[in-house]
Amino acid sequence: MKKEIHFVLNGYEVSAEVESHKMLLHVLREQFQLTGTKEGCGQGECGACTVLVDGLNVDSCMYPAFEVDGKSVTTIEGLVGEGNALHPIQRAFVEGGGIQCGFCTPGMIMSTKALLDEKPDPTEEEIKKGISGNLCRCTGYVQIVESIEKASELMKAESMNESD
Amino acid sequence: MTEFSFIGTETPRPDAPDKAAGKALYIHDLSRPGMLYGKIKFSECAHARIRDIDTSRAERLPGVRAVITGYNTPEIRIGFIKDNFALKKGKVRQFRDEVAAVAAIDPEIAEEAVDLIRVEYEELPGVFTPEDALREDSPLVHEVDIKGRPKTDNLVPVPWKFVAGDVEKARDKAAYWAEDHFETPLIQQSCMGTAGCIAEFDLQNNLLIHTKTQIPFLAQNDFNGALAAMGLKGKNSRVVVPTLGGSFGTGLDTHGYEYIAILLSFKTGRPVKIVLTREEEFTALSPRQPSKSHIIQGCDADGKLLFRDIRMVLDNGAYTSWGATTPSVMMLPISSLYRVPNVFYETKIVYTNNTYCQAMRGYGNPQAAWPLESNMDQLAETAGMDPYEFRLKNANIPNDISPMGLHITTCGLKECLDTVADKLNWKEKRGKLKGTARGVGMASLFHVGGSGRVYRSDGTGIILKLDDFGNVSVISGGVEMGQGFNAALSLATAEALGVTPDKVTIISGDTATCPWDVGTHASRGAFTSCNAAIMASEKARKKIFELASEHFMPRIRSQMKKRKKKDPDFEVPDLDYERICDPSEFDMRKNMIFLKEEPENILLRLSLGDILRAAHYKEQGTMIVTEAFYDPCNQMIDAKTCHGNLSATYIFGTQGAEVEVDLESGKVKVLKFVAAHDVGQVLSKQAIKGQIYGGVVQGLGYALAEEYKTDRGKNLNPNFLDYKILSAPDIDFPIEIECLETHDIEGPFGAKGVGEPGLVPTAPAIANAVYDAIGVRIKSLPLTPEKILSALAQKE
Repeated sequence: MKKEIHFVLNGYEVSAEVESHKMLLHVLREQFQLTGTKEGCGQGECGACTVLVDGLNVDSCMYPAFEVDGKSVTTIEGLVGEGNALHPIQRAFVEGGGIQCGFCTPGMIMSTKALLDEKPDPTEEEIKKGISGNLCRCTGYVQIVESIEKASELMKAESMNESD
Repeated sequence: MTEFSFIGTETPRPDAPDKAAGKALYIHDLSRPGMLYGKIKFSECAHARIRDIDTSRAERLPGVRAVITGYNTPEIRIGFIKDNFALKKGKVRQFRDEVAAVAAIDPEIAEEAVDLIRVEYEELPGVFTPEDALREDSPLVHEVDIKGRPKTDNLVPVPWKFVAGDVEKARDKAAYWAEDHFETPLIQQSCMGTAGCIAEFDLQNNLLIHTKTQIPFLAQNDFNGALAAMGLKGKNSRVVVPTLGGSFGTGLDTHGYEYIAILLSFKTGRPVKIVLTREEEFTALSPRQPSKSHIIQGCDADGKLLFRDIRMVLDNGAYTSWGATTPSVMMLPISSLYRVPNVFYETKIVYTNNTYCQAMRGYGNPQAAWPLESNMDQLAETAGMDPYEFRLKNANIPNDISPMGLHITTCGLKECLDTVADKLNWKEKRGKLKGTARGVGMASLFHVGGSGRVYRSDGTGIILKLDDFGNVSVISGGVEMGQGFNAALSLATAEALGVTPDKVTIISGDTATCPWDVGTHASRGAFTSCNAAIMASEKARKKIFELASEHFMPRIRSQMKKRKKKDPDFEVPDLDYERICDPSEFDMRKNMIFLKEEPENILLRLSLGDILRAAHYKEQGTMIVTEAFYDPCNQMIDAKTCHGNLSATYIFGTQGAEVEVDLESGKVKVLKFVAAHDVGQVLSKQAIKGQIYGGVVQGLGYALAEEYKTDRGKNLNPNFLDYKILSAPDIDFPIEIECLETHDIEGPFGAKGVGEPGLVPTAPAIANAVYDAIGVRIKSLPLTPEKILSALAQKE
């Protein structure tokens, strides 16, 4: 069964004709060529495919594409601003050494976005809980947690500048 | 001490921004026009004769473009002793044996087609443990050897034996000795990005293959062999490496799926992509091999080590990959960690109907460190010594030659031991926390730090290409797989050449355009490539300064004229514009060329790009491209005696932990973890911290959680729910790392290789701490709550 769905993707209204068994991950990667979202396991265990649906982090490999109809989806590409300006979370991961092979990174950053939107000033424990669904084999998580702490500071500083 | 501009700094990794933005392209993200999708039909038996393969239904499925088996394709032998085949005929020897494959227009059709292939098997008795494999009446995994001669046993024809001194005599002299058995399980590398490739042919029948490998040039050699087997002798393979989603040893050999993609592409005339699913990554890639060790060590009445005797059996699985050569690295700690004059080491490697094994990060060292460092604590206890004091007493020292003939140059082992003891409050805590179920433990490591001459060459090439704007392309044969190769290489080149790191671009992973390299293994990437980059930078500086001697003053004069034109008030300084400078008078730092004697004179400076443009834009001009091939001063080990100075330098480290054991649940809780490593010199601070933290957490997984479970050759936990790698909340304790800099003479800027060591001593450090906490010694990894509860029950 095919169905046309309409949703907001990284700020733009888009539509797509999708088959009922397709997951959001495949629609993003195949129909929209947004290959920044990675498939690490295809069964919701590793978190590499994390995207935001209406601001909440979900495993897009398990999220039926039909269900984003009328919703808003943000992928890792959607965080990058005009002129390739990295989002403060992305900058913090670069500066904090939170990236090695990089395969878990897009999912890790999207989970961080959901976390910091909800808790701008998380404790170390809250950070670890926030990325508990995102596996990383390279880093041992230490520099990822440090990067998220740095991201929280950068985002707070930025929102203060905006309110000035 | 040398003052560095970039070496040792926190400069971010050059590959990080693209990865953070989701723009880095992994094999999963690549596609080619007209590309087909390949899928493999794996064996449904551990050991069986193939009676019949019926592919007719798969062939009729719309969208299928090719179905191949071992019966309708040329025979391609793979593996370093060529006992494996890309597609199997006659018999299957493991569940992951490839019996057929399809290429189809989309992945779903390919999957459906594979399900339509029917294979009829006649099951054979299987061999699933090394003990069974060594029994005289054991079924044979291979009836004939690679030359077709009948085989009478299941031994892999790769024996390893090392002898130094006289262990028997030393045993008679020993005041104390300790003996035990230890075991380690199969471990899956668990790269976040699964393996895959895209194979395609041009109209001259040359192969282009994008593939996930650590050895592009050895893979080129393997694939050219396959082309010859396909009747394409003399045709070439171009291997291109995409961004790698981790590798950890998985990319050290070429794999069945790569050859199958090649066969499918040749048959269809179209690019064919095969990417493994997570389940296939578990079931069809080669894990780290399991080990069973028997160890005895003895010391004299003062606690000086007298002898070490280790005998191992390794389960090779059904075919031979580099896993069978890991004893060459196990020998390093076995012969040379701590000073021990008499050593006996022997390993039998046996064929079974289990999955065939590879090397994983550490290349056998984790399997050697586990019995060795557990047994060091046992021996210390027998001798009535504190295990830290015992290790100190026997620690390696600088400028020593070990019984294996390893030339230990720089050695920070004692400092590493002291650092860990200090950070753990060892003296207050060891043996003094009884009654609390808390304890401390430590273990050390010895590994190659200056590459390892596994092949006749241990070389790597670098080409530096400078452009009009002062940009530097560093064209390298090495591979970035997440470890920080590009970070170390860009900082080392910037430092050596005299440019800023933002001017440096690393170009690697293409056998057609990059200089040769033997492979990114043995923690050798940064060590060898940065050394080559230093050599190529010296050549480039010489050329730059020769050009400067010709162009420096004339360019300064023309700059002054330009300024005067723009700004009539500018007073042209009175300089000696006719002065001819000797090349030796120049220096270059941070992209600017200046006279050594006037480094601060802002009038007498030219940018690198300026000089390059002067060189390019003139009649009979020139360009700057330099190259270097670095091959370290190390030796292959002797095939018979296993003696030889394998590495140009060696790396040491000690790790320690404080743990608490929950006596109710048997769960080990780490309270604090400390890792002190002799790294020679920090190149990239970000990358080196990442290598140690990441290694430690992989080592903690090995210690406490990970086990690739099998039942009669079949993997039972091919997913991350059942195969537990640690997640962020598991790291609920501080990990303190300390990089000790011993400034090695062979290392680039003094650095040693650091890629693998982080996980080597982790498991025995934890087990030693658990012993201190609750007085029971777990001898098989991982230290599960069940094993701990059962050991506690036995103790009572």
